[in-house]
Amino acid sequence: MTILRPYGDTTGDGMVQLSFTLPVSAVGSQAKAAEGAAAQLAAKMGIDPAMVVHTRPMGPDFTFFVVYGRVNHLVDTDQVTVVQRDYPLLTPKEVNLALKRTLRRKLVVVGACIGTDAHTVGIDAIMNIKGFAGEKGLEYYGEITVVNLGAQVSVPELVVRAQEERADAVLVSQVVTQRDAHLLNTKEMSAAFREAYPADRRPVLVVGGPRFDEGAAADLGVDRVFSRGTTPGEVASYLTHRITSARTSRAAQKAGV
Amino acid sequence: MTPRSPGKLDLDPVTVRKARTLARQVGRPIVRLAQQHTTVSVERATLRLAGLHGADAEGIPWVNRLADAVRGDVGLEHGIALPVWDALLRGEADDLTVLAQKASAGSVRFRVPEGRELVRARAASRKHVGAGVRRLDARRRERDKLVRRWGDPEQKPWIYLIVATGDIYEDIPQAQQAAREGADVIAVIRSTGQSLLDYVPEGATREGFAGTYATQENFRLMRAALDDSSKELGRYVRLTNYASGLCMPEIAALAGMERLDMMLNDSMYGILFRDINPVRTFVDQRFSRQVHARAGIIINTGEDNYLTTADAVEAAHTVTTSQLLNEYFAKEAGLEDWQLGLGHAFEIDPGVPDSFRLELAHALLARELFPRAPLKWMPPTRHMTGDVFRGYLLDGFFNLAGALTGQGILLVGMMTEAVVTPWLSDRDLALQNVRYVMNAAGNLHEDFRPVPGGFIAERARQVLGESIDLLERILAHEGKYGLLEAIADGTFGLMKRPADAGRGLDGVARKAPGYFNPASELLEDRP
Repeated sequence: MTILRPYGDTTGDGMVQLSFTLPVSAVGSQAKAAEGAAAQLAAKMGIDPAMVVHTRPMGPDFTFFVVYGRVNHLVDTDQVTVVQRDYPLLTPKEVNLALKRTLRRKLVVVGACIGTDAHTVGIDAIMNIKGFAGEKGLEYYGEITVVNLGAQVSVPELVVRAQEERADAVLVSQVVTQRDAHLLNTKEMSAAFREAYPADRRPVLVVGGPRFDEGAAADLGVDRVFSRGTTPGEVASYLTHRITSARTSRAAQKAGV
Repeated sequence: MTPRSPGKLDLDPVTVRKARTLARQVGRPIVRLAQQHTTVSVERATLRLAGLHGADAEGIPWVNRLADAVRGDVGLEHGIALPVWDALLRGEADDLTVLAQKASAGSVRFRVPEGRELVRARAASRKHVGAGVRRLDARRRERDKLVRRWGDPEQKPWIYLIVATGDIYEDIPQAQQAAREGADVIAVIRSTGQSLLDYVPEGATREGFAGTYATQENFRLMRAALDDSSKELGRYVRLTNYASGLCMPEIAALAGMERLDMMLNDSMYGILFRDINPVRTFVDQRFSRQVHARAGIIINTGEDNYLTTADAVEAAHTVTTSQLLNEYFAKEAGLEDWQLGLGHAFEIDPGVPDSFRLELAHALLARELFPRAPLKWMPPTRHMTGDVFRGYLLDGFFNLAGALTGQGILLVGMMTEAVVTPWLSDRDLALQNVRYVMNAAGNLHEDFRPVPGGFIAERARQVLGESIDLLERILAHEGKYGLLEAIADGTFGLMKRPADAGRGLDGVARKAPGYFNPASELLEDRP
């Protein structure tokens, strides 16, 4: 077990910074009371002592605060739970080689933003050759055929196109969402695919976007959820791992091993 | 805008002329194509100018109901004005609303009038639609009067801020607060997905996704609120919305009638980024720009979008090419230089060496190519990572580039771009950033003169050269409509958009001989 504290300028000092707005006035004689309110919030968050280092009135009704202070919470690393990468990270060359060896044809990936979301930045970053974070997108991979349907694609349309293209995998991106629309859209999508395909032929379903919880795949009915900061290489590696290992295990079953 | 002293970049006038000539050659066949077609939305906009508004119990506007009924009986190719006013003259109804109600119930038959009845229908429609055009004129005069009374912002660029809550009654106090904090232009972002609705929603709306629906009533409410703010602040606060998507002609007409001041209106955005049919877009574009020209509205074009999907260095020339095309299409439709808020953006990867010099080169090129246009300068979005501190610095450099290159309209960048919708404090910090830069370096452009033949001047020349190459490649396409073919084969970005596909294609009709639209006629006939 390891215990961690935030690090300001000395080991163990526990220093954090924080900024927030309160709907109070800090104009004139009310400044002191406003600062006190900010200090109280910080104290309740476990920051003690809290230094309110900046107080700025924004109009008559709101005040912006910057607070520095020592937080009394500890982090226990044993209690950290995250979804760990359970597939090897491959280079584009390794992905191409693995796909060529197991599939003997190109891997077909269909991507779209579904629902009313018009923001293709996520799907484009993963699929377009341009890529993201210094990694080329899936279009760059010789053994992957990419069909990017763009924005505002309806679920039935996505299913039809996936069937037409004989998709091995379907990537769905959801960026702008309100009232949990991204969750509802994803559930609708996975249900539609389960209905349209026999269980063993269904393409691998992947969703991505900044608001998703990576641990929610089962709940959403998809095979994998990718969150903020995912790179094309991670998606390509995951798909390769998933599809080649499924092939291998199916072949093994057939061979009676 | 005062034209800057000529030639900080020392652009070759022959090359600049060549670029404009090429843009004209690329654009002209598209204008002819637009003149030969009409769309459901152009026809509905005509009805809106004639005063038809409101919707049925299902929320479908009466203009849609009436246009659909006429189209079902006689098609769209004659224009709907003649069949509609013929029916009114035949006594089918007393006014357009009753006619629309009867038409949607199926109790009116429409026909294309001939002979004397044709002449009468034409005159009657001209009179009613003319009243709408006069309303555009009146609202324009009213704006001129209010700008004289309350004044323009003291500084350039004008500060442009966005509000977007989904609820017009929530937007109003936010917009007024933003104006108090220094915004000169308020943009109300539309609800996600409105661009693909083939009707304009009605009434005041409180339910939108990541934005608020553009409706006539929302326009009216917000403009009235900003009139109050203008009075309070002693400067005229402008209001912006979006004339884009499937209903852009109608939204343009509503904006003109409700005295909006700026509209986002790009010649190709809908095609490339929303997969709207190219012919539909160009026809709707031309009509909406004619309305904006008449109404004295400043358009904002959408070149920043090219840089959010492609690399900002590699694709710099696509921005220039699009600006040249937008300028041609705008002027053809009657817009004047002061109405051309041509877009561009600060989107170069900050990790690229000399990225700021490249940004200055691109921004200055736009400034010098279009010396009398206000230019809309868009902040970084692609390379805002969630590190708000670094983002704040990047926004500072964006503001500095805007000040150094004399941009007309500056969309304020938020350090929380890509993290959350802007918080109250984000907006306040962003405006402090703008104010600091303008106060510290607002006049630095007087001293800023890139070395002749140096990095900035050479880069600008290179981008202009590449945009000329691109225009030549578009012209080299074999068919009649080089630009349509270029759009179809993916010349712009990676998006391939064939002319016979895309949304809204079924709302396009080729005009028949004798096609008549009083609005087009009045708008072509410039005052």
